[in-house]
Amino acid sequence: MNIVEAPKALLSNTCHKKEPVSPQALYVKKHHRHHHLITLLRFFVLFLFLTLWEFSGRLELIDTFFFSSPSMVVSYFINMLLDGSFFTHTGITLLETLLSFFLITVISIGTATLLWYSKTLSEISEPYLVVLNSLPKSALAPLFIVWLGTGMNTIIVAGISVAVFGSIISLYTGFKQVDKEKLKLIYTLGGNSFDAFHKVVLPSCIPVILSNMKVNIGLALVGVIIGEFLAARRGLGYLIIYGSQVFQLNMVITSIIILCVIAMCLYQCIQWLEHLYKKRAGS
Amino acid sequence: MNQPVLECKNICFSYHNLKGETKALTDISFQVNKGEFLAIVGPSGCGKSTLLSIIAGLLSPESGEVLLNHQEQVKIGYMLQQDHLLEWRTIWKNVLLGPEITKTLSPEKEALALKLLSDYGLSKFKDKKPGELSGGMKQRAALIRTMVMEPGLLLLDEPFSALDYQTRLMVSADIGNIIRASGITAILITHDLSEAISLADRILVLTRRPATVKKELPIRLTLQENSPLGARNAPEFQELFTQLWKEISDEYCGGS
Repeated sequence: MNIVEAPKALLSNTCHKKEPVSPQALYVKKHHRHHHLITLLRFFVLFLFLTLWEFSGRLELIDTFFFSSPSMVVSYFINMLLDGSFFTHTGITLLETLLSFFLITVISIGTATLLWYSKTLSEISEPYLVVLNSLPKSALAPLFIVWLGTGMNTIIVAGISVAVFGSIISLYTGFKQVDKEKLKLIYTLGGNSFDAFHKVVLPSCIPVILSNMKVNIGLALVGVIIGEFLAARRGLGYLIIYGSQVFQLNMVITSIIILCVIAMCLYQCIQWLEHLYKKRAGS
Repeated sequence: MNQPVLECKNICFSYHNLKGETKALTDISFQVNKGEFLAIVGPSGCGKSTLLSIIAGLLSPESGEVLLNHQEQVKIGYMLQQDHLLEWRTIWKNVLLGPEITKTLSPEKEALALKLLSDYGLSKFKDKKPGELSGGMKQRAALIRTMVMEPGLLLLDEPFSALDYQTRLMVSADIGNIIRASGITAILITHDLSEAISLADRILVLTRRPATVKKELPIRLTLQENSPLGARNAPEFQELFTQLWKEISDEYCGGS
């Protein structure tokens, strides 16, 4: 079969060359080539950074006791995998982040809905929301420790506190920006404000909610790490603080790299949700 | 037959803010008979839309009253300036929005919606999203959404103003014919005088703000063919247009 087919393929190849390439095909080709080039260069930057880091350690340009090195990070990571500490610490951080994220989403959508329904309520709460949003939330963490003790509750509350006020404000603003005439349509069809909310406001704000979630997942992680710095015996935040105190910089840097990967994965999950929504909405 | 479907008695309305009150409507009285097509024209910003909102019950008048014929329990349908189809719903789901909200969705309503879709040439687009339709088709879908509620009185708030001129001629002819054929009572608000003449049985001219009824003009055209486009060719058209234009332009010049 192969022998028979080979000349055919050759023939079609030569034929293809004679045909003028359509501008569209040329454009697509150029686009793909550009795309591949970008991906390649991205990996190259990473590779360059890792090589520089590794060799400047080996050549004793930097002190690996303070700066660690890729090979030391990898071997520390393998140790973490083997003794299972990777799973406990990463698992606990991930769990806390997801719980805070979930609570942030529920609380902020709920509150923004209430504010949308009641103008009075939104006017009363506006200055409080603005102040709470601009307050550096890490200042609250010691209070949470006193009130809730050291443990998961404090950490989750810290995670929520970082994102929730900003999230309420941006969701409420999004809800408010829905076309007034579309709301009027619901009223002319005999609907009430409940119909207006769940037939028009909520569906038209799904893109706002999704982009808000993207911000929140990052902020939840920030809050959880702050919480773990102060009030934990487990988790990546704890490893970072503990590692720096006992000069185990391998531990610190490995934990930071794991955090990077977690942050990226969580963001990608929301991105995927958004993609899914767009695909459904577009069909 | 000549029982009024709607009677407005001495309606007054003003808007309030801290700087003072803006009188929008003063002492507006008129009535609409069954099956009649009434057009309301007036200088821009004179409170035409406010009047429609009051008739629809979205606003309540400061004084005066809106009386609807009680014997027939008139339901009001309202068409807004833009189609406002919800872009995340299919045309079918958009058309059934009214029954869905009032929880009157029934097989009969669905049958009616299907019939209207095929009458207005939209059956093919039933499962499409509004984004895939042209402006005129969207406006027809919006009309179906209103008609599915089986209104006894249809309020049209410059429903063609968002369309470009050619589509506008087509759609206003279309919708005019549909409304005539269904024998429904309708009130049209417009600033397009020829549109008013070609569609309506009677035209109400409002004064500038605070608006009140300035003149009532019955429209009788001798027609070869009974269609809004044919109406524009009627011998009386030009004269009526001039007369209307004079009434309106007086309002513009009188104040400034």
